Amino acid sequence: MRETFTKGMARNIYYGGGIFFFLVLIGLTVDTVVNIPKTDNSENMTEQVAAGKRLWERNDCIGCHSLLGEGAYFAPELGNVYTRFGKNTDAIKGFIMSRPKDGIPGRRSMPQFNFTPDELEALAQFLKYVDGVKTARNWPPNDQG
Amino acid sequence: MKYESQAIAKLYFIAAIALFVGQILFGLIMGLQYVIGDFLFPEIPFNIARMVHTNLLIVWLLFGFMGSAYYLVPEESERELYAPWLAKLMFWVFLIAGAMTIVGYLSMSYAALAEVTMNDLLPTMGREFLEQPTITKMGIVIVALAFLYNIGMTVLTGRKTVITLVLLTGLVGLAVFFLFSFYNPDNIVLDKYFWWWVVHLWVEGVWELILASMLAYVLIKVTGVDREVIEKWLYIIIAMALISGLVGTGHHFFWIGTPDYWQWLGSIFSALEPIPFFMMTLFAFNVVNKRRRDHPNKAAVLWALGTAVMAFLGAGVWGFLHTLAPINYYTHGTQITAAHGHMAFYGAYVMVNLTMISYAMPIMRGNKANNAAAQVIEMWSFWLMTIAMVFITLFLTGAGILQVYLQRYSENPLPFMATQEKITLFYWLREAAGVVFLIGLCLYIASFFVKGKEVVIAD
Repeated sequence: MRETFTKGMARNIYYGGGIFFFLVLIGLTVDTVVNIPKTDNSENMTEQVAAGKRLWERNDCIGCHSLLGEGAYFAPELGNVYTRFGKNTDAIKGFIMSRPKDGIPGRRSMPQFNFTPDELEALAQFLKYVDGVKTARNWPPNDQG
Repeated sequence: MKYESQAIAKLYFIAAIALFVGQILFGLIMGLQYVIGDFLFPEIPFNIARMVHTNLLIVWLLFGFMGSAYYLVPEESERELYAPWLAKLMFWVFLIAGAMTIVGYLSMSYAALAEVTMNDLLPTMGREFLEQPTITKMGIVIVALAFLYNIGMTVLTGRKTVITLVLLTGLVGLAVFFLFSFYNPDNIVLDKYFWWWVVHLWVEGVWELILASMLAYVLIKVTGVDREVIEKWLYIIIAMALISGLVGTGHHFFWIGTPDYWQWLGSIFSALEPIPFFMMTLFAFNVVNKRRRDHPNKAAVLWALGTAVMAFLGAGVWGFLHTLAPINYYTHGTQITAAHGHMAFYGAYVMVNLTMISYAMPIMRGNKANNAAAQVIEMWSFWLMTIAMVFITLFLTGAGILQVYLQRYSENPLPFMATQEKITLFYWLREAAGVVFLIGLCLYIASFFVKGKEVVIAD
């Protein structure tokens, strides 16, 4: 690099730029947290939904599925599964319950988790709640996820 | 090796390579599950294989970073490590905690693991890459603090160089941002938003500082180029990394229920994210061309140049491919993401660790460089692993483009599983490339044991 551009200048760009943009990120984060209630469907947050989220985590569902596009890509997107299943929590519960214990020969299959009826309901309510999050441009692009 | 305590790095590097092998084996298992859906089901379901694959990656990269810090900091600081015993103790703590976590993943259901580790007291499990039980996460914090204390005291009481200060900043950031892994609100949007404060601010933020300082250190050593020149490059590269990467976090906030302005901010700033990686490529080739000596360790120079190129391709180019919001609308959460993830992690963080290991290991074993035969094998492993990774990325990109078209873009979108069946060929090809990668890794390990005519060169 040319001599007119000194190490001191490079250092100042690093410290100045780094600190400035970190502060920008913090400012935007504050604004985001303030505005999230408009889109996060928190009006439908219940104890049951929270229990469903814990169940979702305890069984590492994200290790195969994606949720709002994040997670693994081995199994279908579930952020809109409530819509895809005809806005019917019974259909979601039925699908989870009906998974064979030993899988399906040669094919991918969801494990049988032996959930109790309460757990199934909590999980279905959690998926319904996520489906209600208002994503930009109504992502995903269509019901197939 | 100028300081005795540098030798502690050897332990860390050996563990890193061993875990790397485990990571690749589980990668091959997952790759096979993509085409033979019931492979190892229900003993090792896909999600378990995946958490072993990704967690081993993270842990071995951390072993690599720590080993590298223990190697380079004493030499840069011109003093012995502050507390060598602590570095050794933390090695065993981290290794045993890591091994127990992996055994936990494989020996019981994930729900049972959550139960026995009392996840309910402070639920942090079951989120991508943060699958570790809460007690393991606490163990990581303890190891990180002990490590930072050790490195920090060595840096602050010794000669301070730009390399050690940048490295220290990166390592402090790594520890601080990991604390967000303990925040897990019921609100899914907030959960996702702050999850990225660990994941993005690690790999597209502070880890880049660690990467750049490691690369700068090796380049000073193998080229003999004036420190002033290299430090100027280092500053400007990491400046661009932070200027683009901090607000660039926004490219993860397009579709998770966060405000619309992130579409613009995330697109613009993340479009700048390839710049630091491009500068890193210019930097590496520039200083190697201006080298004042021909270092006998040709393999280390190859790894260093390879890191710069592959990090630019994987993180820079493949990241840019799908980072603009209108494109990401279609590609978000598809095999395109997987393609980018593979080459970015390999090109940036795997390769910089292998660069450091390649440079430091021979010295710790008593020679400035390995014998010619060993270096030839190591360079073969470089090409096999790197080319295999290029093909893994290309096949996943092919799979991803078709997936986007069939499932999201065409007139009559197909369901997820119907789409997957149509792109099986690409998954088979990816698996084949993965086998080539494993062969490359075997050669890499073999290169440590190849005997040849040793040319002893005093360091």
